[in-house]
Amino acid sequence: MKLKHTALIGAAVAGLLATGYAAAQEQFIGLPSYRVGPFGSNGASLYGGWIDYMAMINARDGGINGVKLTWEECETEYNNARGVECYERLKTKGATGNTVFQPLSTGITYSVLEKVAQDKIPMVTIGYGRTDAADGRVFPWVFPMISTYWTQASAIINYLGTKEGGIDKLKGKKIGLLYHDSAYGKESHAILDKLAAKHGFTVEKIAVANPGNEQQAQWLQIRQMKPDYVILWGWGVMNPTALRTAAKTGYSRDKIVGVWWSGSEEDTIPAGDAAKGYTAAGFNVAGTNYPVVQEIQKHVYAKNAGNMADKDRVGSVLYNRGVVHGIITVEAIRKAQEKYGKGKPVTGEQARWGFENLDIDNARLTQLGAAGFMPDLKITCADHEGAGKVKFQQWDGTKWKVVTDWIQGDQSVVRPMIEESAAAYAKEKGITPRDCSKES
Amino acid sequence: MLYREAGQFKVSYQEDQQIFPIRQDRVGFIAILGFFFLVLPFLASEYWLQAILIPVLIFSLAAIGLNILTGYAGQLSLGSAAFMAVGAFGAYNFMLRVDGMPFLVALAIGGLCAALVGVAFGLPSLRIKGFYLAVATLAAQFFIVWALVKFPWFSNNSSSGVISAQQIEILGFAFDTPVSKYLLTLGIVAVLALAAKNLVRSTTGRSWMAVRDMDVAAEVIGIRPMFAKLSAFAVSSFYCGVAGALYAYAYLGTVEPEGFNLDLSFKILFMIIIGGVGSIMGSFLGAAFIVLLPIFLNVAMHSLFAGSMPAGLGSNLELIIFGGLIIFFLIVEPHGLARLWQIGKEKLRLWPFPH
Repeated sequence: MKLKHTALIGAAVAGLLATGYAAAQEQFIGLPSYRVGPFGSNGASLYGGWIDYMAMINARDGGINGVKLTWEECETEYNNARGVECYERLKTKGATGNTVFQPLSTGITYSVLEKVAQDKIPMVTIGYGRTDAADGRVFPWVFPMISTYWTQASAIINYLGTKEGGIDKLKGKKIGLLYHDSAYGKESHAILDKLAAKHGFTVEKIAVANPGNEQQAQWLQIRQMKPDYVILWGWGVMNPTALRTAAKTGYSRDKIVGVWWSGSEEDTIPAGDAAKGYTAAGFNVAGTNYPVVQEIQKHVYAKNAGNMADKDRVGSVLYNRGVVHGIITVEAIRKAQEKYGKGKPVTGEQARWGFENLDIDNARLTQLGAAGFMPDLKITCADHEGAGKVKFQQWDGTKWKVVTDWIQGDQSVVRPMIEESAAAYAKEKGITPRDCSKES
Repeated sequence: MLYREAGQFKVSYQEDQQIFPIRQDRVGFIAILGFFFLVLPFLASEYWLQAILIPVLIFSLAAIGLNILTGYAGQLSLGSAAFMAVGAFGAYNFMLRVDGMPFLVALAIGGLCAALVGVAFGLPSLRIKGFYLAVATLAAQFFIVWALVKFPWFSNNSSSGVISAQQIEILGFAFDTPVSKYLLTLGIVAVLALAAKNLVRSTTGRSWMAVRDMDVAAEVIGIRPMFAKLSAFAVSSFYCGVAGALYAYAYLGTVEPEGFNLDLSFKILFMIIIGGVGSIMGSFLGAAFIVLLPIFLNVAMHSLFAGSMPAGLGSNLELIIFGGLIIFFLIVEPHGLARLWQIGKEKLRLWPFPH
């Protein structure tokens, strides 16, 4: 039968692969990447940056305390079922199994959420995934690091507050929310309603159906409502379309603020001049003028070993976001080695400890050459989010320009929501939250 | 020589009408079932069970569902994934809201919900045919996914619309290991596949095929097209619904409405086209082909050419080869893999002395 035949060949190939990774002193990192499909270009930049950073660590430092980083990609096509297959395929590779799983897809995150706890592999979801996993007492194995969607929404409101000259000036203002009509877009609703009640502004929610390449009706609606600002909570082709249609209907781009998935070169360049003046949040910034990116160019691209086929995309927002993924992964492994033995590969369980005790302060960021590139980050047992702040960048027609310092989200609003949601999950699943005072 | 029916006499109607009239087929079928039930759980690694076999089985079930509708009753549908979503969310809500709901009952109710929705969206089939009907079922695809996102009640007010399936427990036994989940899925799929095989040989199945071949003629000889078409929609959606519930419970664990998008519907349609339209076995072959080939290509690309070519090229080559193979198969054998098997069987009967 066809099935059995394919199975045999597959088994043979899988066997070949397994033997190739038997060498010790190597830390294996499985990369569930996507380079084809609707978001293929985003995936190529992100995973390219991440791989280049690891290649740089190998080339410059000889790995982490002598432990070389190895990796293997597995194509997910941004598809949940393929993501699960990749997760299962990668999890036992390498001397100590997969160190960390970072799928760059909220759907895949949800699909493996319970498996990572069983298999003892930490999952790091930077800027996407399940927001309430920031409560580390209920989700010990999941790390939605740097900033969650809710913190970001709150930071955007704080930014608009500073633009108005004080958060209390938002009273009576009208803010439009143009969101991608999906699970991702709806993440914004609860938090913005809560913030609207707190600060006395109103939110007008306007949905855009996937993929969002026709928004005439929505922007005419916006023109009628005359909101003071519009928050663009979009993804993919929806973003440039929004900017172009805004220009056509005469809504000032200065008053549009995007989320981090609406704030890359892929979103602004296709919109052309219409994107000029548009601002977007980001937990990392664009540009090659940071020492960490220059190190990558010196140690990797100068030897023609870079991962990006298009070298001009080095230093783009998404590429740099990949570098942030690399930094966090490497620093967590370094931290875990400090506890469990330097110069030895760590297991997933040990890496989890490394992520949970990660402390990248500003001094460390300067050593890494990433000061101002990403926020300082301190993870604890209870707080798996860490930084909770974003910078805002404005598109000047050719490149992103940073216009603010790090702006903090309002944790007094966000954190109780996270805890409430995590508690509900714990109750549904019968999980007893960890007691963080007993963790070491 | 081995595969010859000479000497096997059928002396009763019962013997003449059984599913596998040839003894070798019966033996082979039992051997395959035995292999999958008794041998494979011990041989296969966790990866094979969890990431390969379970999804192949679940998609086979969905493909059987679509095959009943498209292959046997002749009604083209692009809404299979949406019916899977109804099954998954239906089972989830009954497990959630009814205390002590047994899993298998929830699974069946999930399937029945999908059947109801399927009948509702099947109503246009009484008036429109072919491509126009496909567009009507396309509406089902978009409407159902939209409704599941729009009304938070379906996902128990989850802020992101994602549901997380409850633990499977039957008579106090928790199905939480890959082996147990595999055996459960295999059991359900085997029972339903046998039921489907029998169904298409029954009066109902024959009326479906009559409607497929020419609905005016079918009506003239006394088949009610309304009943035939709607029952095909109901049964087909039931199968898709059960497959969707298994997809959520035995495979992924957590699902979001967007996971059941048009792509998945197309995938199921490709499965039956590649496997064989109007064949239960073809559903299995097609599902295995569509699920396994991309994975196999991905593994092959990364092991054979790792490092020797740009990373993006491998992923793109996979799609190119995958598409190329589909076209190749359709040209070589337009009736699908099941037809190849049938031809093989014919040849085997004459082997080693063909005319």
